Amino acid sequence: MGKKLLLEHDNVPGIQGYDVYRQMGGYASVEKALKTMNPNAVVEEVKKSGLRGRGGAGFPTGMKWSFLAKPDGVPRHLVCNADESEPGTFKDRYLMSRIPHLLVEGMITSSFALGANTSYIYIRGEYYYIVRILEKAIAEAYAHGWLGKNILGTGYNLDLYVQVGGGAYICGEETALLESLEGKRGNPRIKPPFPAVKGLWERPTVVNNVETIAAVVPIVNNGGDAYAAIGVGKSTGTKLISASGHLNKPGVYEIELGLPVEEFIYSEEYCGGIRNGRELKAVVAGGSSVPILPKHLILNTAAGEPRLMSYESLADGGFVTGTMMGSGGFIAMDDTTSIVKNLYTFTRFYHHESCGQCSPCREGTAWMEKVLHKILDGHGTLADVDLLWDLQKNIEGKTICPLGEAAAWPVAAAIRHFRTEFEEFVKNPTRIKDVKHYYRLNNLPEPVM
Amino acid sequence: MNTGHTQQEIKFSDESLELVRNIIARYPQGKQKSALLPLLHLAQAEFDGWLSVPVMDYVASLLSIKPIEVYEVASFYTMFNLKPVGKCLIEVCQTSSCWLLGAEDIIKHLEKKLGIKVGETTKDGMFTLKTVECLGSCGTAPMLMCGAQFHENLTIEKVDTLLTDLKTEGKRKTYLDEVKIDKY
Ligand SMILES: Cc1cc2nc3c(=O)[nH]c(=O)nc-3n(C[C@H](O)[C@H](O)[C@H](O)COP(=O)(O)O)c2cc1C
Ligand code: SF4
Ligand code: FES
Repeated sequence: MGKKLLLEHDNVPGIQGYDVYRQMGGYASVEKALKTMNPNAVVEEVKKSGLRGRGGAGFPTGMKWSFLAKPDGVPRHLVCNADESEPGTFKDRYLMSRIPHLLVEGMITSSFALGANTSYIYIRGEYYYIVRILEKAIAEAYAHGWLGKNILGTGYNLDLYVQVGGGAYICGEETALLESLEGKRGNPRIKPPFPAVKGLWERPTVVNNVETIAAVVPIVNNGGDAYAAIGVGKSTGTKLISASGHLNKPGVYEIELGLPVEEFIYSEEYCGGIRNGRELKAVVAGGSSVPILPKHLILNTAAGEPRLMSYESLADGGFVTGTMMGSGGFIAMDDTTSIVKNLYTFTRFYHHESCGQCSPCREGTAWMEKVLHKILDGHGTLADVDLLWDLQKNIEGKTICPLGEAAAWPVAAAIRHFRTEFEEFVKNPTRIKDVKHYYRLNNLPEPVM
Repeated sequence: MNTGHTQQEIKFSDESLELVRNIIARYPQGKQKSALLPLLHLAQAEFDGWLSVPVMDYVASLLSIKPIEVYEVASFYTMFNLKPVGKCLIEVCQTSSCWLLGAEDIIKHLEKKLGIKVGETTKDGMFTLKTVECLGSCGTAPMLMCGAQFHENLTIEKVDTLLTDLKTEGKRKTYLDEVKIDKY
């Protein structure tokens, strides 16, 4: 059994409520930080832990915190990013709805470290029911003196609020999130200035993912070194993986970073293999934005080493033969899956979610969707596959925010690894619907049906 | 433009007005515009599930901002309906993980059962059918949302039961409804 830090008490009845959470050792990190540490000492522990942002980019959290500007007399803010809209990702929802106090506790300890007196949790509007759950947890925390004025008699004040979004993936991008929190359209800002200098209402702001904030709790409780001792290399600690698609046991799993991908997919402790006894065809390992990999490359690196669930191992081989950890949204596809059609659902998504500020993203995502639609409709030509490749190339690196790349990468990877499938589709649009065809195409043994 | 509501009927209930004051108090002085999204959700829940121009103007007046500042925001976010919708807005996820597990069949079935296409409302004003992108329920795919409630691990039978239940209940579903939380 892997070590669990966030979901350790997941199955304890009543863990959603304050009393049980407290009985299980909840709020100890707040006591420890506020009573025995100064804010910088908390930042130091987080630095030592090697914790990397769990929202997708994997930026070292301690470093991000130490960049926060501290001009005199200007309030600072911590904003938790609970927008969670990257297709394939549902870990934050799981954590917030099941153990809401863990996020509240993490927010208090982290706000203390950053010297913030007003903090917000920005949650996607579709998670409205979780707003209720969080607000209840926050009210309980106020009632027990963990929030409000003069917390634990230390003189530290903190107010914590939940802010609800309106249904826009782009508001997960941190500057768009801040715009939205200011009551505006979610158009990402041009950086610099970075939020650490000018964020919410032009004040220094840290934006962190739900899971990142929750991880601060065990880090403060057990020390940064203990956290860093878990995992492998620069991928320290545990990570929540959202597993979906053609798996026997989809769901949210807390893994120790460094777990072999093969074990994650096939062992009974985790996903329990592929549904209906079928073969794995491909995996999108870190949410829709990261490159898709065919079975042989997700299980092993190009050099033949077993691929591990870690930032480094998943990225081994760059974009040619590797992928990324991303948000940990792990989508597994069996051998009946049409890669072209799956890509279409991603591209339609990015087109829908582009905020429209930059023409390469606004127009490029629209064209990619159109071309894919044409191919799926059976009217594609070989030139369309090249056109798709050109379109994605012309988005990458030419936009204000990374949504452009997020839309381009899946297209590039699907063509890179499954070009023959695109070509087959174009040449023979009806035959591609035949399941057995995938086996021949991917040199897999014929299925017993 | 369909204005839908008339100016006279647009006023939040006392309970909601109290909530509006509490929401505005979450932000620093002068930053009340931050309350816009929460207020639009509240308005949509209170005024028939959509935001007519007079409703948006009313929200603008509550926040002392220009109406255009409300329109531009309401039109940006997917959850705000700028046209009337049925009492039950059924939003089916169509992205990858849900598609892999049969979202298309669910959508087709709903179209057939309701006798409408995606984007349309039934004649009796009971149901509006929409497709949406990933709602963070991919591990329990396929799924749909109605009001604030997620319906997960959908099958054709489950969809049928849901439609019957919703019809029997006959109530408007909003994001502010209490929901029963499924065990994952
Ligand atoms: C288009 C786009 C969508 C994003 N969506 C999310 C999201 O839903 N949740 C999240 O935590 N981070 C998201 N991010 C990353 C955030 O911009 C930011 O890096 C993150 O919240 C920082 O927190 P972390 O350092 O704790 O990961 C997104 C980024 C982009 C470009
Ligand atoms: S890249 Fe796309 S989403 Fe990002 S700012 Fe430009 S248009 Fe908007
Ligand atoms: S893909 Fe449907 S909920 Fe995520």
